[in-house]
Amino acid sequence: MATKTLKKRSSPAKHSNLHFTGWRRENGRVGVRNHVIILPLDDLSNSVCEAVANNIKGTMAIPHAYGRLQFGKDLDLHFRTLIGTGSNPNVAAVVVVGIEDGWTKRVVDGIAKTGKPVVGFGIEGHGDIATIAKASYKAKEFVQWASELKREECGIADLWVSTKCGESDTTTGLSSCPTVGNMYDKLIPKGIYGVFGETSEITGAEHICRERAINKSVADKWYKMWKAYQEEVIEAHKDGDLSESQPTKGNIAGGLSSIEEKALGNLEKIGRRCRYIDALDAAEAPAKGAGLYYMDTSSAAAECVTLMAAGGWVVHTFPTGQGNVIGNPIVPVIKISGNPKTLRTMPEHIDVDVTGVLRRDQTLDTAGDALIDMIIRTCNGRLTAAEALGHREFSMTKLYRSA
Amino acid sequence: MPSPSIPHFLVHSPKDNVGVVVVEGLAAGTKMRGIITETDTPITGKANHDIPVGHKVALKDMKKGDTIIKYGEDIGKVVADFKKGDHVHVHNHRTKRW
Repeated sequence: MATKTLKKRSSPAKHSNLHFTGWRRENGRVGVRNHVIILPLDDLSNSVCEAVANNIKGTMAIPHAYGRLQFGKDLDLHFRTLIGTGSNPNVAAVVVVGIEDGWTKRVVDGIAKTGKPVVGFGIEGHGDIATIAKASYKAKEFVQWASELKREECGIADLWVSTKCGESDTTTGLSSCPTVGNMYDKLIPKGIYGVFGETSEITGAEHICRERAINKSVADKWYKMWKAYQEEVIEAHKDGDLSESQPTKGNIAGGLSSIEEKALGNLEKIGRRCRYIDALDAAEAPAKGAGLYYMDTSSAAAECVTLMAAGGWVVHTFPTGQGNVIGNPIVPVIKISGNPKTLRTMPEHIDVDVTGVLRRDQTLDTAGDALIDMIIRTCNGRLTAAEALGHREFSMTKLYRSA
Repeated sequence: MPSPSIPHFLVHSPKDNVGVVVVEGLAAGTKMRGIITETDTPITGKANHDIPVGHKVALKDMKKGDTIIKYGEDIGKVVADFKKGDHVHVHNHRTKRW
């Protein structure tokens, strides 16, 4: 059988007058995907959600591990993450399923503030089978409605782009992280919302990160967050010097040998000129307008991307050295790598190849343009490597043990 | 092995005392071409060990307790003496934190 060679697409990025097509939601925010999600309130409701998603094609269940007997700040974060996920503009409509009606309604009411279609079902008093039937009828109605929504052309200022790196090595600090930094230096002045985080991974470069705040009050707010993490998490729980957890085994295999070295590479993602305008709590939506934000997250890839998606970011840029394979159910995750071994051994995971930066036949300026081009193509509908490979990691951040 | 124009290692800052090997299969004894990226300045060296891609190479002799500089910043301390051209990794470099 004859095979047709796919034509290689080329469209050089221009930073002025950049556009993409997306779905403008009821609250004015723009999404680049059009998911109808079946969202469990708790671990017990995963089975019903997965059954509904199996019944109704084009919907997606997002199972997760928690939601029972949580309390205090941990419960607040749980709700903020679920409500934020449902509220993300990449989501057209939501069916929420919980073991009981009370907390289910809390999630539904939170998502309903966006104006998008959302409905909730409690399992108790009905059982799985009746709940699956009721939720499936509603999911079918939602997905058929969503399938007729049209993309429209939007200016770049409607775009929210997050970043977090993973399985970093020394090549990320030299190539893929500064590529993201170059992109932010070009697009933040054009009015996009950016966000970086990874509180544990700033250790060793906190003096630099602190100086990148827009003013002293934001710098102080950020430093308090970083210091609290050191005291409440690291000092409270460490049983050594964390030298095999941060850097990770993968980082070490890639040539990183201290947290300071890893942190300095990590911070290359925020470029040379951007300043962050606020330090957000985990999964918190930004409230100070367009610009770069910090979010207090773990450095674990799926947890971090889940929190940024819940904060409202719609496309993620993910530099990797050794080849982290992460994706997210609702946000396309664009992988950037400059490690020649990773491009040789697992190229199917990488969207933007910046190995030329290490060979010195590609500048950071052209690498940044290549990333901007891939962001626009991804927004316009190109599936990322992680999407095509089916990566849908959704990991809730847990602050402490449940009651 | 890389073509004549491709560097074997890159150095972030002129202040650094380590560089990063950016080619696969670098063997002991290789005469290396490097570039300091901040200033775009060429630099040369000789590898004393086989050094994997992404791993660090020493740009000077260093003693236990000395500070390793990369990105022009402190990235930890030397925990075992090494010579210029040696492989620098977890066996001779450790964090000052945690």
